[in-house]
Amino acid sequence: MSIRKAGMTRKHLSDLVMKSIFRISAFASVAIVVLIGLFILREALPAFREIGVWKLLTGTEWRPGQNLFGLLSMIAGSGLVTLGAIVLGLPLALGCGIFMAEIAPAWIRGIVKPSIELLAGIPSVIFGLFGMVVLVPLVRGIDYPGNAGFGLLSASIVLAVMILPTIASVSEVAIRSVPDEYRQGALALGSTRWETIRKVILPAARSGILSAVVLGLGRAVGETIAMIMVIGNSVMMPTAAGGDPLGIFLSRARTLTGNIAVEMNYATGLHSQALFATGVILFLLIMVINSTARALMARSMGSSR
Amino acid sequence: MSDEHRLRTEGYSLFYGSFRALNDITVDIPANAITSIIGPSGCGKSTFLRSFNRMNELIPGVRITGRVLLDGEDIFLEDVVALRKKVGMVFQRPNPFPKTIFDNVAYGPRIHGARDRGGLAALVERSLRDAALWDEVKDDLQKSALALSGGQQQRLCIARALAVEPEVILMDEPASALDPIATLRIEELLQALKQKYTIVIVTHNMQQAARVSDFTAFMMTDEQRAGNLVEFGPTKQIFTTPRDRRTEDYISGRFG
Repeated sequence: MSIRKAGMTRKHLSDLVMKSIFRISAFASVAIVVLIGLFILREALPAFREIGVWKLLTGTEWRPGQNLFGLLSMIAGSGLVTLGAIVLGLPLALGCGIFMAEIAPAWIRGIVKPSIELLAGIPSVIFGLFGMVVLVPLVRGIDYPGNAGFGLLSASIVLAVMILPTIASVSEVAIRSVPDEYRQGALALGSTRWETIRKVILPAARSGILSAVVLGLGRAVGETIAMIMVIGNSVMMPTAAGGDPLGIFLSRARTLTGNIAVEMNYATGLHSQALFATGVILFLLIMVINSTARALMARSMGSSR
Repeated sequence: MSDEHRLRTEGYSLFYGSFRALNDITVDIPANAITSIIGPSGCGKSTFLRSFNRMNELIPGVRITGRVLLDGEDIFLEDVVALRKKVGMVFQRPNPFPKTIFDNVAYGPRIHGARDRGGLAALVERSLRDAALWDEVKDDLQKSALALSGGQQQRLCIARALAVEPEVILMDEPASALDPIATLRIEELLQALKQKYTIVIVTHNMQQAARVSDFTAFMMTDEQRAGNLVEFGPTKQIFTTPRDRRTEDYISGRFG
């Protein structure tokens, strides 16, 4: 072997070492996800066997003392609070995204954008505190049978604020990536700025905005501590005590995440396994939501030239 | 008709901050004719063209002095939306919206208040016919505009501009992104359109200017890099007996 060749081999060796280090780190993170998934699934399996998947998903009674493990009221709680957060938060977040991408001059954007990023960095327990001390007393002021302030409305408002940064930033990026030629074309036809945004830019950014919403959904479904602090945590099917459909948001509820966090400390046996089953359901839900967001984002990248 | 002047600038200058991009331009652009603006790269042709529908205002820090008149009215005193309805524009790169062919053409009429479905369909058909695109797309009006070829997309953009029923159409190197056959079709189309419209076209292609236009404006930068109008006249005269030495040098390919 010539000297030159030996030198090359040494170079290759360092490449090889670095390559395997990077590969190991990449595989490690994948392995962690898979292992956590498998672990939860293993712990949950006895619950699925003994209670049955169908009964877990559709049972309305959750009474661990009597071996009744129905998650439907928690599924409803998580679903309703997420819906409420999207309904309240989406207009605000989208407005923020549109403002930052299309309207704000650079210096105002320079204030708004870091503020929104700061909002994303606030620990969720702080949001919970704020909800407990400020929102709950306000909501309690609404005159409605059984309204204690703690419940779906307070939780939806807190959650709406928590998902705002995600939706605002991702939709801003989506709107920014709309080619400037569309903007110019619309303006040259005599569109006002608002017509340009509404009729050309937002439709062109549609799939990106949709993926922003889905990412927000994922964040909303997974939120735990802030929900525990304001939603009331009663194991009950949310109902409108006054009869009108919107009144359901003044009902107390419990989320799937809250169910695990509140009860895991003292749960044993089948009870504990049923909580792991709750975790499996959450895990699957988040997986579905994230892959939807990923698919939507891939589509939005493909459509903008 | 053609000695009537539709567009006119008087002592018109444009600044980006303190940089003077256009210097004291006075010109009369005849109605129902094609006027081409030629000149070396960076001479301010496109900036000048974009003055007529006030697209330069989208750039922060732009300032103007002098006047630009459409039918005798100062365009800077007019509502910009109303102005752009009268002065349509076709861009260098075809830029159809990511919508159907029909919705692209119907976009302008709709934002300007067209509600009647039958009338809208007729207007879309007429605009596509005038843009010489109808026969190629009449069975695919609900197809995405982005599925068309580059040349078809550019004719769609022309149809989209026509649907607003403008008086003037500005074209910023409309064929420079197209192949020779698509270019030829656009040039033929321009001849048909000048019966109804006043057309101003920026081109870096001198043969194209000589082929298609009735009048030609030659622009060039001065020592301060500001764009000046060197010479304006009937295309034939500009290309055969230019009055200015610089025009002659440019036409005969000595620079630019």
